[in-house]
Amino acid sequence: MKRKTSLRIALLSLLSAMTAWLILTFDATDPAITLSIGGPFEFTSQEPSKDGFIYTRMQVAETLVKVEPDGTLTPGLASHWQESDDRLRWRFELREGVRFHDGTLMSADSVVQSLRAALTKPSMLHQANIVALSSDEEALLLTLAHPYRSLPALLAHYHSVILAPNSYDPDGNVHQLIGSGPYQIHAVKPPHKLVTRRFGDYWGPKAEIEYARYLTGHRAESRALQAQSNQADLIYTLDPASLEMLGRLQQVEIASESIPRTAMIKLNNGHPMLDTPEVRQAISLALDRTGMAEHVVRVPGSEAYQLFPPSLAAWHLAQPPQQQRDLAKAKALLADQGWQADDEGLLWRDGVPFALPLVTYADRPELTVIATAIQAQLREVGIQLTVVVDNSSAIPAGHHDGSLAMALVARNYGVIADPLAVMLDDNASHHGSDWGHMNWSDPALNALLDTMTQSRDADEYHALAQQAALHYAEAMPVIPVVFYTQQIAIAQRLDNFQFDPFELNYRLSEMRFTPHD
Amino acid sequence: MIKLLYRRLMQAIFVAWSVGSLTFLLMHLLPGDFAYRIAAGRYGYDHVTQAAADAVRLELGLDRPIWQQYFAWLGDLLQFNFGNSLVSGAPVLQEIDHQLGHSLQLALYAVVISLLIAVPVGIYCGKRANSVADRFGLFTSVMLRAQPVFVIGLLLVLTLAMNIGWLPVAGFGGSQYLILPAIALSLSLAALSNRIIRNNTHQVMHSSYLQFARLKGLSEQQAFDRHAAPNIALPVIAFVGVQAVSLIEGIVMIESLFSWPGIGHALAHAIFGRDVPMIQATALMMGLLFVAINTAVDVIGYLLDPRQRQEVEYAEV
Repeated sequence: MKRKTSLRIALLSLLSAMTAWLILTFDATDPAITLSIGGPFEFTSQEPSKDGFIYTRMQVAETLVKVEPDGTLTPGLASHWQESDDRLRWRFELREGVRFHDGTLMSADSVVQSLRAALTKPSMLHQANIVALSSDEEALLLTLAHPYRSLPALLAHYHSVILAPNSYDPDGNVHQLIGSGPYQIHAVKPPHKLVTRRFGDYWGPKAEIEYARYLTGHRAESRALQAQSNQADLIYTLDPASLEMLGRLQQVEIASESIPRTAMIKLNNGHPMLDTPEVRQAISLALDRTGMAEHVVRVPGSEAYQLFPPSLAAWHLAQPPQQQRDLAKAKALLADQGWQADDEGLLWRDGVPFALPLVTYADRPELTVIATAIQAQLREVGIQLTVVVDNSSAIPAGHHDGSLAMALVARNYGVIADPLAVMLDDNASHHGSDWGHMNWSDPALNALLDTMTQSRDADEYHALAQQAALHYAEAMPVIPVVFYTQQIAIAQRLDNFQFDPFELNYRLSEMRFTPHD
Repeated sequence: MIKLLYRRLMQAIFVAWSVGSLTFLLMHLLPGDFAYRIAAGRYGYDHVTQAAADAVRLELGLDRPIWQQYFAWLGDLLQFNFGNSLVSGAPVLQEIDHQLGHSLQLALYAVVISLLIAVPVGIYCGKRANSVADRFGLFTSVMLRAQPVFVIGLLLVLTLAMNIGWLPVAGFGGSQYLILPAIALSLSLAALSNRIIRNNTHQVMHSSYLQFARLKGLSEQQAFDRHAAPNIALPVIAFVGVQAVSLIEGIVMIESLFSWPGIGHALAHAIFGRDVPMIQATALMMGLLFVAINTAVDVIGYLLDPRQRQEVEYAEV
């Protein structure tokens, strides 16, 4: 009997303790002063080289240069900048009175320290070949090995954030991120949650909303339900299936914004079946991009006949050379190249069938579906593709050992605000680049890109970018398929929503809640 | 008793070595370039090139022969050094503490709620086998058990979070976020355990020893409390132990549906990123947890069952 009583007491204590815990740990966040954001992006640390994106998006950390949604560069922590005549030395005047979240003032030395720390890590900054980094009283001085026009764009990247000296441990790693943005870290729980609070001593216009909270939501369905139930004010990366449901709701608005990511076919231009522009044109003409945009990715209008999406305005062509599917022309071009159809409509040349593997990877689930659509569409002109879903590492590996024939990849052309850096990297050699074209070069394009690096006139630069984009659209060393679109659900109470296609800044400090009637 | 605990300790040591070695071997058998996956996990896919992968390979010594890497890991394990995550750079134990803690919390609430449902329902139905209530219990259990736990979770979200608006859809950081995933899991668990309890109750209620207890003059309640309850409890505790283990391993769907930062999800991500120290430590923790839960079940069985105590006493004599 005694044992029974003690068992009962133990069970009751357990239940009481569990109930007490539920009551005590109830999260009493006030939604009236908290902007809740949900997205699929995980972050694992406070290290800018790995996870800096979440801290610039949430406006905790800032960079010397800012990027506007149209891609223009504007002053951030640097008030202005200039290049020397030999284009090797840059001077960035620093904004005065900038305070970090620990109360210390930003100095030229702290800027140098942040960039030096960034250079010890894998960073976009390495592209600029910086040979010396120093400061005088109120400016940062950079010396480059070669002229590099896109330096300000690199300094706008989240790899180049400027942090308080107290952020770094003795080894130069960030152990506690202390930035200078309109929001400061309130609570950080990698890989899922970041809560920020308004920073009262911010140098610019103060944030309107007191708290902002980012929560990683792994499943698109859960994120959509969060938007629907008003648990979140902003939900990034909605899936097509949820769009229709959310579109019918009054309390949620949907924004569809072009981002600079393109799904494209990477080709081995040295492969005997793919080494002429005519064959590549034929493959491009055989693709039903509109069908894929409407029924596979389910974003009408996202079909890509050129590499650069509308969000990269300077490089986006208003009228690309090809604008629709043309099977007859595709077949004619292939016939001119000596490819003959057999009874089943399959192409042969010199006893060899036009059959190739199309490698793709599962990290982006839409790619495998697009790959099978491409397989079916190219079969209509007699090309037999075998879709191979491999690890993403198979593509750079195949690029380097020359074994790759065709691959479907998704590439971000807006890693920095100016795609020129990516273009220069791609065209540095005939070999191409890991995620760009392969075994192809065009002296005229190289000359054009070279002129662009020298250009100091914005109008001239724009005209040259358009010419370069046209070169790509005509020669098709890679074949664009569809553009990516960021779909965002915005709660009705949120005013002044702003979107940054480069996804460097959620611009939360400019948003506010609509006052209740 | 001491012997039992000693046996379990030996088992734990064997589990630690075998789980760690097996995960090490399996990770190296997976296709795809190791360094490349780690680089992608660290820097994001937009920043991964062959050059970045080569830098990771050099930094982590991935070009060493596999046996050298294996013995380096074994040496660290002997010193209880689990290392740092290859992706985040943070100590593995710190990451596991955050994620395993959340999983254990969720599992504890799910198991307790499931028992709060299953014990009364199971005993009620067991005492009234084949009644309308029992058939209804069977029907409901089959219906719930036939659904993936993910669907149960989604239905709860649609009703309790969306329509009534009592609880948040997903997230963590406060107790209100725990309730829906815990109920979803507990319904799935209770669907099975209430039938085990029901069958045991039915069997015990018709046993000769219970009838004898009644015949010797005990009231129905006394006979049930002293003779039926412990006999019903023993197999149920063993079963709940097994359920608890599978729960910790298998709640990844619920974790991702409710954005709950648990170990199942962490393990899946670690495997994508080939974060070997993280995978080894997680698998190790799960293996040790398995041994710990089994030990707890054994100890409870020992305390509840006089036959087991007697057996040990006889053996000692």
